[in-house]
Amino acid sequence: MPEPMGFYTDTTVCIGCKACEVACKEWNQLPATNGGRSKLSGDSYDNTRRLDGIHWRHVKFIEQFDAERRQGRWLMMSDVCKHCVRAGCLEVCPTGAIIRTEFDTVVIQSDVCNGCRDCIGACPFGVIDINPVSGTAQKCTLCYDRMRAGMTPACAQACPTASINFGPIRELKQKAQARVEQLHGRGERGAYLYGDDEKMLGGLNSFYLLVDKPEVYGLPPDPKMPTRNLKRGSLWSALGAVVVGVVGLISLRSRRDVNV
Amino acid sequence: MFQIVKRHFARYTPEMVERVTGCPRDTFLKVAETLLASSGADRTTSFAYAVAWTQHTNGPQIIGCAALLQLLLGNVGRPGAGIMALRGHASIQGSTDIPTLYHSIHGYMSHPSALKKHDTLANWLAAETSARGYWANTPKFMISYMKSMYGEAATRDNDFGYEWHPKIIGDHSHLPMFVAMNEGRVKGMLCIGQNPATSINALVERRGLGKLEWLVVKDNWVTETATFWKTAPEVKSGTVKLGDIKTEVFFFPSAQVAEYDGSFTNTQRMLQWHYKAAEPPGDCRSDLWFTHQLAKRLKQMYANSTAPRDAGFKALTWDFDPDPSLPHEPGEVPPTAGDPDGLKILKEINGYYSDEPTKHVASFGDLKDDGSTTCASWIYCGVFPAPGQNRSASRKADPPGTPGAQLGWGYAWPANRRIMYNRASADLNGRPWSERKKWVWWDGEQKKWVGLDVPDFAATKPPTAKANPDAIGLDGLSGTDPFIMKTDGKGWLYVPSGLVDGPLPTHYEPAESPVRNPLYKQQASPVYKYWKREDNALVQPGDSRFPIVITTYRLTEHYLAGAMSRFNPWLTELQPELFIEMSPELAAEKSIANLDWVRVSTPRSSIRAKALVTRRLRPFTIDGRVVHHVGMPWHWGYEGLVTGDVVNELTSLVADPNVSIHEGKAFVCNVEKV
Repeated sequence: MPEPMGFYTDTTVCIGCKACEVACKEWNQLPATNGGRSKLSGDSYDNTRRLDGIHWRHVKFIEQFDAERRQGRWLMMSDVCKHCVRAGCLEVCPTGAIIRTEFDTVVIQSDVCNGCRDCIGACPFGVIDINPVSGTAQKCTLCYDRMRAGMTPACAQACPTASINFGPIRELKQKAQARVEQLHGRGERGAYLYGDDEKMLGGLNSFYLLVDKPEVYGLPPDPKMPTRNLKRGSLWSALGAVVVGVVGLISLRSRRDVNV
Repeated sequence: MFQIVKRHFARYTPEMVERVTGCPRDTFLKVAETLLASSGADRTTSFAYAVAWTQHTNGPQIIGCAALLQLLLGNVGRPGAGIMALRGHASIQGSTDIPTLYHSIHGYMSHPSALKKHDTLANWLAAETSARGYWANTPKFMISYMKSMYGEAATRDNDFGYEWHPKIIGDHSHLPMFVAMNEGRVKGMLCIGQNPATSINALVERRGLGKLEWLVVKDNWVTETATFWKTAPEVKSGTVKLGDIKTEVFFFPSAQVAEYDGSFTNTQRMLQWHYKAAEPPGDCRSDLWFTHQLAKRLKQMYANSTAPRDAGFKALTWDFDPDPSLPHEPGEVPPTAGDPDGLKILKEINGYYSDEPTKHVASFGDLKDDGSTTCASWIYCGVFPAPGQNRSASRKADPPGTPGAQLGWGYAWPANRRIMYNRASADLNGRPWSERKKWVWWDGEQKKWVGLDVPDFAATKPPTAKANPDAIGLDGLSGTDPFIMKTDGKGWLYVPSGLVDGPLPTHYEPAESPVRNPLYKQQASPVYKYWKREDNALVQPGDSRFPIVITTYRLTEHYLAGAMSRFNPWLTELQPELFIEMSPELAAEKSIANLDWVRVSTPRSSIRAKALVTRRLRPFTIDGRVVHHVGMPWHWGYEGLVTGDVVNELTSLVADPNVSIHEGKAFVCNVEKV
């Protein structure tokens, strides 16, 4: 069994070139929005806006300034499926289309998916959506086909600045820790890793180095599994069952009364 | 000279910088202090600029300023130093080395000109050869080049065919060529991989195209230039009648770079060979194929001509057909039928012995001025030193972590030197300035220059060597003169010759500017080039109708005029529509909201674009007054998957006086909500 593999994305060196988006689409043969004739979004240089069934990589652009606009920075981040160790999508999939691979990554098998959309609501990151071509739920496979052939995923291969790093999770974590320390040493105290430890959904096999709060990047600060409500939900179910039972008993009794 | 430089720049105080440019004093000082802190024995600084630095009427002054700074800071000829032009194309360096420039022939020699004393070979040599420095070897390079042009027909008796060589009769650069076209002085045009229909003052360029008798467009896609006669906005609107355009247009579909063998030369002067990976689809053919087939057909056409003007064409050597007896390597994609043999061209460029063509010239030091050597481009001599040794295809990397020069990766001209003028990496005594920055140094025991790179200096000339004032060539330079291409071996702080617009960099406003030059009475460069035409009117300084500064640029998602990107859906969805970036302050002043349609006007044209309001743009405060500016990417046109107005319709035909580069980076406009 190979060891867990994944991505470590260092957002501090992302230049927003979107080579990852294009490489992903080329390898996975994903169509463009409206055949390429899309609309200007008006939101910085981001015109694809989100991850969905035909955008498995997405580069976010965040423009930040101080009050007088003397200082500014342009944060860029290449977003992708997090390949959670405890994956909500996998948990809720009723057909078994979503599997955990030998690389500890999460893959949707298009030929098993029935397009029920349960996984779309279950993902706390909003990664999954229906691909209109196949009519099934789709997302990043971490280039499962390339990995099985011993190759690097297309996006990481195309990244010119090594913002997207691919490899065994164990090695990526060491690399990422060293980078955080380097940045702290240079005075960038805000640098931290998002999703590298088990507290977040058992660990994200695609984790990030960020320099601002998760919300700034459109990431949930504390993502939860869809099962998080299970306990409370089941209590309500039990209570509901009791109520139904009591009501039933009462109605039976009253019916009996009528019969008598 | 240093005193002159100091005196000249004394008035360029941080306060003056802020007043003239709007760049805050603190920011300027931070940049200056960073440069100083990062230069010295143990540190070097490199300037890497994109072409924005050159696209000004004073572009060479800006580059000259960087050169002056680097010389003063000791940042030339040393690792991590220098000035790097980030080119707009993969092989722009290659296209100046083996030039597509009108004013030079291979290896930076002057193109024979009717305007100079170039009437005979002897006069050309007299005008172009320096007594001291490496250019003393010019006759060897020139005569080897003439042998490459005319082969056996080039003999000492006929001045090696110099009479046949074409001569330039003026400025034949891009802008004046389109002016000439407008005036009916150009009959036809081969337009290969260029899209002038969307180029500088695009309406003038399209008008010029409409005056041609014939036009050949060779590109990957049917570009705006190929369809200017039917799809351009002025034709669609009826301003120009389709029937009035008589130009006959031929379209040749192009192969992509992975579909033929060839080489790239990058900004470090490094040649890298690339191999054909796939057969081009359908009728698509490489530029090599087109040029080769055209030359063969023309030679056949002129073969029986007795006209004296055709003698040169008849004498021209053209022997690049692939040798059918040579088998292909396994896995190699065979050349497309009709393609020339790329290695034969590389051999012609590298050079060989005229009487023994199978023997290649190993180094430009071996070139002769007697016709015994043939070499198209002396600076590339050594890239192919023997049959089977194409050094541009070499891919031997130095081990990671070593301060290697990567001498086994590709081939850098001249002589595989990775850093030019690298004698400067050692002090006057020939010792490295520091351990960390050692590169090339004098080895007293071996009595020669050694190091990590190929020394760019007379190999055995000791640091103590005195210049011989009576000698010619390198002997005229001392052991402490690193700049061997210069006649005095020195880096020039003050440039007495070679530049048209003056010896020291000086601040001038662009040809169009909303502000008066606070430094001098002279507003803009007194010698910039301008082509006076009704459709090329300029805004006078302070004209309130056009108060906004505009700059144009490229996006990472698109390439140039879009022929390689606006036809690809994966790229067009990333940047689908033309936009104009502006500050919230300007947007508020003009009641423009994000994504509103905006009209942008100059005296040349007016176009539409969507507003992209961003805090990244901040109004300037220049000489105490608020000046707004806007920015527009210029990738769009009327062909392709996504279309948009042609931004270059706004620009004007003005150019710097040295190399005729336009000023698309700074001019003025007005902006209104539609």
